[in-house]
Amino acid sequence: MAKITVNCPNCGAPVEFSWASSVQSTCTYCNSILVRTDVDVTKVGEVGDLPNDASPIQMGTEGIYKNLAFVVAGRIIYEYENGGWNEWHIVFNDGTSGWMSDAQLEYVISSEYKGASGESIPPGHSIQVGKQFHWGDQTYQVTSVTQAHYKGVEGQLPFQFWDADDCIFADLRTTQGRFGTIDYSDGDVKPVVYIGDAVDYNNLKLKNVREFEGWTR
Amino acid sequence: MDQVSTAPPNIPRKNSRPGVVPKAVGLNCPGCGAPMALRTFSNAVNVSCPNCGAILDATDPKFKILQEAQRQYKITPLLPLGTRGKWKGVTYEVVGFQERTITSDGVDYHWGEYLLFNPYAGYRYLTEYQGHWNDVTVCRALPQQGKATYGTRSKDRLIMNGRTFTQFQTANARTTFILGEFPWQVRMGDKVEDCDYVSPPFMLSVESTGDEATYSLGEYTPGKDIWAAFGRPGSAPRAEGVFANQPNPYGDKPKDFWNLGGYFVSALVVLFVLSWIVSQHKDVFQENYSYRQTGQEASFVTPIFELGGHTSDVDLTINTGLDNDWAYFNLALINEQTGEAYDFGREVSYYHGYDSDGSWSEGGRKDTATLGSIPPGRYYLRVEPEMDPGHGVNYTLSIERDVPMFSWLWLALAALVVPPFFLTARGWAFEYKRWQESDFPIVTQSGGDDD
Repeated sequence: MAKITVNCPNCGAPVEFSWASSVQSTCTYCNSILVRTDVDVTKVGEVGDLPNDASPIQMGTEGIYKNLAFVVAGRIIYEYENGGWNEWHIVFNDGTSGWMSDAQLEYVISSEYKGASGESIPPGHSIQVGKQFHWGDQTYQVTSVTQAHYKGVEGQLPFQFWDADDCIFADLRTTQGRFGTIDYSDGDVKPVVYIGDAVDYNNLKLKNVREFEGWTR
Repeated sequence: MDQVSTAPPNIPRKNSRPGVVPKAVGLNCPGCGAPMALRTFSNAVNVSCPNCGAILDATDPKFKILQEAQRQYKITPLLPLGTRGKWKGVTYEVVGFQERTITSDGVDYHWGEYLLFNPYAGYRYLTEYQGHWNDVTVCRALPQQGKATYGTRSKDRLIMNGRTFTQFQTANARTTFILGEFPWQVRMGDKVEDCDYVSPPFMLSVESTGDEATYSLGEYTPGKDIWAAFGRPGSAPRAEGVFANQPNPYGDKPKDFWNLGGYFVSALVVLFVLSWIVSQHKDVFQENYSYRQTGQEASFVTPIFELGGHTSDVDLTINTGLDNDWAYFNLALINEQTGEAYDFGREVSYYHGYDSDGSWSEGGRKDTATLGSIPPGRYYLRVEPEMDPGHGVNYTLSIERDVPMFSWLWLALAALVVPPFFLTARGWAFEYKRWQESDFPIVTQSGGDDD
């Protein structure tokens, strides 16, 4: 994996793009959000204070999923009327990447599903609970539609994501325990589908997690 | 198995949030000023004041009041907040409690829901209704829909993890008491439609609000297990009545007993055949007699005969030439040495004829009596026939030693059938009580309609 180190255009500190496909990173010294172009990095914004969340996962948390080791490289934080959740950008040691969501300590690991591109997915404002899609060998049914807003960003991400505001997410489930999300962050025109599995915390064999006062792991 | 690749990708492991996540301290209810605790760190969305019952916004540093205290009464949960226990391999702390209420036929029914928390493994629930506990987790998969028809009624079915759940009850539940903290918005008076499907010991519950449905799976759990896991003093409250997904304590027992009974019956038949084979069937005495009722004393004794071998059965057969007549025989088998007598009487009658329906007959010319457990020795019979005056009969008395006895076989069969029959009845009574509480009670009277 080619590791690219650049200097933060804001403060000059070294910033690593350690995963080849990382498009965006944050400077850990001055909190600038940096986007990689072909030759350079550009400061596009600044991260605010991260919300005071209680996820046991943090940047650098390691785990194992389907016999592949992964490490947490970045994060997007969302908030909606009934709480919030994290989308952790995880990078596997075979070079692929995916997402580990953590909503009220329910964990789902998913990755982008390109097979849905041919299907007509209704726009975010009209997608409804109960709508079904046939992806792969399973039937995914919309179980909830959430209007969320972007709350913060951290670390390396595979795309530019720093000034989003409100976005719609449709969550889907199957009878076999598979999990799907239709992500309307880019608007109705380009919904992105992610599919994956709900996972037990203990099965992820996470290391380098946070510690909580009064609790042992 | 693929080999686990344990070398993580080469990415700097820099903890962005070093240190231990601290517990919140110095919190006070903005309504009444009472000190408050937060047990779930910033997972808490709502928290209720343990003193005044106000619902507060746990995400707001000032603990904005979301709902003023509406508490009409105070409940002391069976598992106090802050109680910890090891449950299903994970240490959980009780962090929240809700009482929910449904009203059916004007009667309120309450149950408690305990929210359990572990900062890594997340949330889990325990529910309690009149001493019946369920261990509840939120389902990740969707159930498959089905339908079952019972006579004229049809019940919905849901299939999950290969189990078929039968519709039990639908009710509108409202939240009537809140204690502790929750990772979602809670308010007193919250309403959900709750539909329960059962497959003991499991229960699949569907909670619907608007167009969203949440499925959760409960497993019936004895209160004593929870008492032990959470170190509660004393013993768990006794469970009252039969709960929707309570396993039938007679469950497979009747079936096992029927099976076991089957083995015993087979064994009995084998034993009987064997005893038939080893029995001697020895004719020890046979004699022809003639009798006529003349009003005089008619009793006589037979010559002495030997009953050999071990203590066993004796068959006495009376073979008569009766024709549209009856005869009664007072009999005694008497041991010549000890004088011990086995008294018994037999009636033999045989009638036959023709009528408009054709020929008919009643009774028979021959009768056999079996005497059980007769010790070996020298015996004779005392015989006293009786008939209508003027009537007479020729008959043969014969005695057979060591014949297998059928009566113990029937007794043994009955003894084997009674326990499983009893258990089956008890099991049915349990199911009857279970379904009486549902929207689909078992109908016992034909033509009855209790919908």
